[in-house]
Amino acid sequence: MAVTFSKWKTPIKEQDPEVRRSNFKEVCLGYSVEEGIKESERCLQCKTKPCVKGCPVAIDIPAFIKCIKEGDMAGAAEVLDKYTNLPAVCGRVCPQETQCEELCTVGKMHGFEPVAIGKLERLVADWKYAQEKKDTEKTPAQTKGKVAVVGSGPSGLTVAGDLAKMGYEVTIFEALHAAGGVLIYGIPEFRLPKSIVKMEIEAMQDLGVKIECNAVVGKNITMQEIMEEFDACYIAVGAGAPHFQGIPGTTLNGVYSASEYLTRINLMHGYEFPEFDTPTKKFNKVVVIGGGNVAMDAARSAKRLGAEEVTIVYRRSLKELPARIEEYHHAVEEGIIFKWLTNPTEYVNNGQGELCGVKCIQMELGEPDASGRRRPVPIEGSEFFIEADCAIEAIGQGSNKVLLSTFPELKLNKWGYIEADPKTGATSVPGVYAGGDIVTGAATVILAMGAGKDAAAAIDKYITEKKSK
Amino acid sequence: MFKIVSKQKIAPKEFDIWVEAARIAKHAKAGQFVVLRVDDLGERIPLTIADYDREKGLIRLIFQVVGKTTAAMSCLNAGDSIKDISGPLGTPSEVEKYGTVLMVGGGVGIAALYPIIKELKMAGNKVITILGGRTSELVIMKKECAEYSDELIITTDDGSEGMKGVVTEAMKMVVERGEKIDRCWCIGPSIMMKFGTKAAKELGLPITVSLNPLMVDGTGMCGCCRVTVDNKIFFACVDGPEFDGHKVNWDEFMSRLRQYKDEEKISMDKFEAEVGEPSWQ
Ligand SMILES: Cc1cc2nc3c(=O)[nH]c(=O)nc-3n(C[C@H](O)[C@H](O)[C@H](O)COP(=O)(O)OP(=O)(O)OC[C@H]3O[C@@H](n4cnc5c(N)ncnc54)[C@H](O)[C@@H]3O)c2cc1C
Ligand SMILES: Cc1cc2nc3c(=O)[nH]c(=O)nc-3n(C[C@H](O)[C@H](O)[C@H](O)COP(=O)(O)OP(=O)(O)OC[C@H]3O[C@@H](n4cnc5c(N)ncnc54)[C@H](O)[C@@H]3O)c2cc1C
Ligand code: SF4
Ligand code: FES
Repeated sequence: MAVTFSKWKTPIKEQDPEVRRSNFKEVCLGYSVEEGIKESERCLQCKTKPCVKGCPVAIDIPAFIKCIKEGDMAGAAEVLDKYTNLPAVCGRVCPQETQCEELCTVGKMHGFEPVAIGKLERLVADWKYAQEKKDTEKTPAQTKGKVAVVGSGPSGLTVAGDLAKMGYEVTIFEALHAAGGVLIYGIPEFRLPKSIVKMEIEAMQDLGVKIECNAVVGKNITMQEIMEEFDACYIAVGAGAPHFQGIPGTTLNGVYSASEYLTRINLMHGYEFPEFDTPTKKFNKVVVIGGGNVAMDAARSAKRLGAEEVTIVYRRSLKELPARIEEYHHAVEEGIIFKWLTNPTEYVNNGQGELCGVKCIQMELGEPDASGRRRPVPIEGSEFFIEADCAIEAIGQGSNKVLLSTFPELKLNKWGYIEADPKTGATSVPGVYAGGDIVTGAATVILAMGAGKDAAAAIDKYITEKKSK
Repeated sequence: MFKIVSKQKIAPKEFDIWVEAARIAKHAKAGQFVVLRVDDLGERIPLTIADYDREKGLIRLIFQVVGKTTAAMSCLNAGDSIKDISGPLGTPSEVEKYGTVLMVGGGVGIAALYPIIKELKMAGNKVITILGGRTSELVIMKKECAEYSDELIITTDDGSEGMKGVVTEAMKMVVERGEKIDRCWCIGPSIMMKFGTKAAKELGLPITVSLNPLMVDGTGMCGCCRVTVDNKIFFACVDGPEFDGHKVNWDEFMSRLRQYKDEEKISMDKFEAEVGEPSWQ
């Protein structure tokens, strides 16, 4: 077969690293419609649709790409609408390289890059939001029953959107003052503009979904109250409680959890201090501990706030790095330093309760552990010191107990997450469903959405059956 | 939006407001607090729920102007609204019938002590209350605390009311006259709680303090509020705010409160440049 298209993905415009390392504007600028059409021509329209198998919500990828190719952007948006309520978010933050794009036939050809499926999804979603809202999209009648959703992250939003489309009256209860979960308080503006998240949430509200902020379930509304008022409930409270390694010096000024650091910047707009009241401090030398997306986001944010030197300390090597490879490349381009096979052992006090540096130790990879990854072990006598006025721990989060501690009927697994049926989200309490990070532990946006989709179908079935009795 | 239904100035730079917040009023208990944000550009700050009226759906907040957010709040009047309030947060006070309880309060901490005094009294305890301040007009809520106390002792640094001296001296006086104290709470400025704890140690009293570290979310999701108690890290917003005073690492706690000194000044200077110094109120 003669190949007539480029080996490479159609290049995408990005903000220059020299410029973007000091601003919070979006790094990737997205395709134009023309560039999108060009990229869509690389798709082979495979009959077997291998890419779809890699997508946790099974978007009909060749179908929407075909629409783009034909210049029918509205048609492409309609295809996406059937599968996802958050296409502009997913197009930006999904790890496509290990999902749809990993299985793409084009990418399997020697020397070829896969079709840029994620960037095309983003293009269609952004195109849709740039169009005038059609008044014809009427709110569906809300007659089938009442559902409460706890938490407004991607999982809760997905359940709410799907059930509203089916004709349910849905109320989301959110503890913070703004909806969106990690999309609003965790992932920074330069990867996911908050205006995009707000647009996706408004689209949900146009479907009739009610969102009540400042509603901490377990504190100002109890699960008992919810179960009396609603026909069913979906719990999607995420896994937001930060872990600390607990090494000496953890409570020094200048030591943060990534959760606090990013919440100050994103939810509270600390990067716009003093225009916004919540402060962030200007640090010179920042050490970030961890290797996931959260660590990359914290490091790149620190750079943008003016730090001269930002070092990521990770106890394994590049090969094991859990962050998206695209984010790793972006971090390197922005001048972030990586210290592989390194673990901190102590935060050092300058004598006034402030951090002045991090003691570290060199590691080597030993035998594989339970996760199958080789376990890092410290090399004796290899300690060294990194000067730093700020250290940010991004070593993972656990389940938040605020709701769980008030609802002991709900069965948890040994890691403290909710035990739920992987196909339906059903929990040990009838009528109560759960999904997203609070079931799986910290995972991805799309998996949280997938759980929401499955649960929406199961909740519909549950309520329909209950009402027909 | 949460509407302010009444506002009163109760001392220099100290204000007492009642706010519509039915859900919070319904579930509030002594020892709990709210986190609020005045407007869209605002910081989230914690304030104790000083009282509540479940029937009318109101909560009462008492605050002292110390920086930008509290200054901005002091400019709001009845009829104005606060953008966001979430709560009741934190673990409620352990209210039981203990016998005789000694309640020590100072500064705006009296607002946090008052609901605990009230609940302890209603639970059948003998309540001895000590309230202290620099001078008479800074000792707030005297009448209300008196209503739920078997004995109210006031101390002032300048002797303008009650005993001349500090609260720790009154604590000694009560113990030395032979009163058997079963539990003791001490809430006020951190320096007062630190010395209150020291006095309690000397007098052999157990002591509960209410820590007020910096907070962001107030629901256990950031770790900003972490404190070291008994050599372990706790998140004050969910594990507290009340802790055993004898086990608190006070120096670390006080050092963490000063983290944003420079930024707080920038914020306040900006506010004063825009609005004027608010002490005219
Ligand atoms: C910094 C960072 C970067 C990330 N980057 C990526 C990425 O690039 N790609 C990717 O796919 N994934 C990424 N993730 C992971 C992804 O964001 C999460 O897996 C996903 O958001 C989980 O969704 P969720 O709906 O389960 O929970 P969340 O998004 O955590 O939302 C839970 C919501 O519930 C609320 N809540 C909690 N308790 C209560 C209560 N008691 N009452 C009411 N509301 C409550 C919380 O305030 C929150 O808003 C990242 C995560 C972080 C932290
Ligand atoms: C659980 C809890 C309950 C509280 N209850 C009350 C209350 O009922 N009434 C009340 O007036 N205050 C209370 N506080 C303190 C209150 O939150 C702070 O005074 C407020 O955040 C100051 O905000 P600001 O913007 O006005 O001042 P900022 O500019 O933020 O700070 C100005 C000065 O106040 C000090 N300060 C800042 N935050 C705190 C704090 N959390 N505790 C002590 N000092 C602080 C700082 O050291 C700084 O020097 C409570 C705090 C906590 C954690
Ligand atoms: S696998 Fe790749 S080429 Fe085949 S349909 Fe999917 S996107 Fe197109
Ligand atoms: S204030 Fe965020 S964890 Fe306590």
